[in-house]
Amino acid sequence: MYAQMVKTDGTGVKDRAEMSADEQAFQDRIDRGEKIEPKDWMPDNYRRTLIRQIGQHAHSEIVGQLPEGNWITRAPTLERKAILLAKVQDEAGHGLYLYGAAETLGVTRDALTEDLLAGRMKYSSIFNYPTLNWADMGAVGWLVDGAAIINQVALQRTSYGPYARAMVRICKEESFHARQGFHIMMKMARGTKEQKAMAQDALNRLWYPVLMMFGPSDKDSVHTAQSMAWKIKMDTNDELRQKFVDQTVQQIEYLGLELPDPNTKWNDETGQYDYSDPDWTEFFDVIKGNGPCNVDRLAARNKAWDDGKWVRDGLMAHAAKKTAAKLAAE
Amino acid sequence: MKNEWPLWEVFIRGQHGLSHRHFGSLHAPDAEMAIKNARDVYTRRNEGVSIWVVEAVNVSASSPEDKGAFYEPSNSKVYRHPTFFDIPDEVGSM
Ligand SMILES: [Fe+2]
Ligand SMILES: [Fe+2]
Repeated sequence: MYAQMVKTDGTGVKDRAEMSADEQAFQDRIDRGEKIEPKDWMPDNYRRTLIRQIGQHAHSEIVGQLPEGNWITRAPTLERKAILLAKVQDEAGHGLYLYGAAETLGVTRDALTEDLLAGRMKYSSIFNYPTLNWADMGAVGWLVDGAAIINQVALQRTSYGPYARAMVRICKEESFHARQGFHIMMKMARGTKEQKAMAQDALNRLWYPVLMMFGPSDKDSVHTAQSMAWKIKMDTNDELRQKFVDQTVQQIEYLGLELPDPNTKWNDETGQYDYSDPDWTEFFDVIKGNGPCNVDRLAARNKAWDDGKWVRDGLMAHAAKKTAAKLAAE
Repeated sequence: MKNEWPLWEVFIRGQHGLSHRHFGSLHAPDAEMAIKNARDVYTRRNEGVSIWVVEAVNVSASSPEDKGAFYEPSNSKVYRHPTFFDIPDEVGSM
């Protein structure tokens, strides 16, 4: 998802017999559905895993601005431009809510940022794919934000209070994102033949990368069990992916577009759609840094950070000067 | 050199005559910028009519460890609740 393959230290779920008294009490609180708050006792591993997960989620919101920011100056109308600008601004806000939640665990935002810029922390694989034309703005809002919503709605019930509250705020804003994207797709799918072809092409190109957002298939997800016991992951990757496919097929049909995967078929027995897995070799390759845009994305974030340094420092110097002047006047 | 903007806690009053409520935190060089940033980060959809910011280092908090003992004094004072008193129905609403 926005946080893919987040490592928990150790393997599998800790057995109750192996837990200390503190750990048992902690697990009991989670099982009762209580929220864990920043100053509460928590296992180091829970804290470290959450920092990785929330940090990766925050980085995804921030890096996720790049593929859409790419089209702000070239939106087809002033209204579409204002909408896209507002959407991208929301994503900056999402990043900030999440960095704020991570900071309650004892890490600083600058430290997380530096980890991202140095390539020590990841962001979602989806943002390593390019946005080639305006139809991609439709497909990204509809599919990428749509997939994110499925994950984030579930995470509103996560055990860590500040993370859950950030998710509630984010979810309130996300349906605007998905709907503006679908609206673009509707216009294009019902537009000229060329526009419809662009919409189809965007859907085809983004389909598998979007399915990859949910992370590797369950049989290859080694960290799921512990994260689910801690309620920092609410459903398995495959469960979320299935949910996404099931809700999206009818939307594709509504648009009058072709299913990008000819193997997508309703299965009467399971009561859900069968579909083809994405190419997992490609997924692991993108995660390793070899996607079409990995280098560009990281370079753009590094440039923004370096170019903004004089502003950050200047404002701090100004604040210090003002405080000094105020003290002198007292 | 580390020169990180300090952390501020943000409190916002919603539209409906409510008290200020904790909304989250953000970084800013000073209080004035913290309020402007809070406007952009937390009120993009008319969520508030008033913003307070306080630097996070200035917030003192009770500690969760003494949760039991700290709040214990009120446990033994059930008479603080109106339902402690049986008032006959004939008296009417009270
Ligand atoms: Fe977002
Ligand atoms: Fe979004």
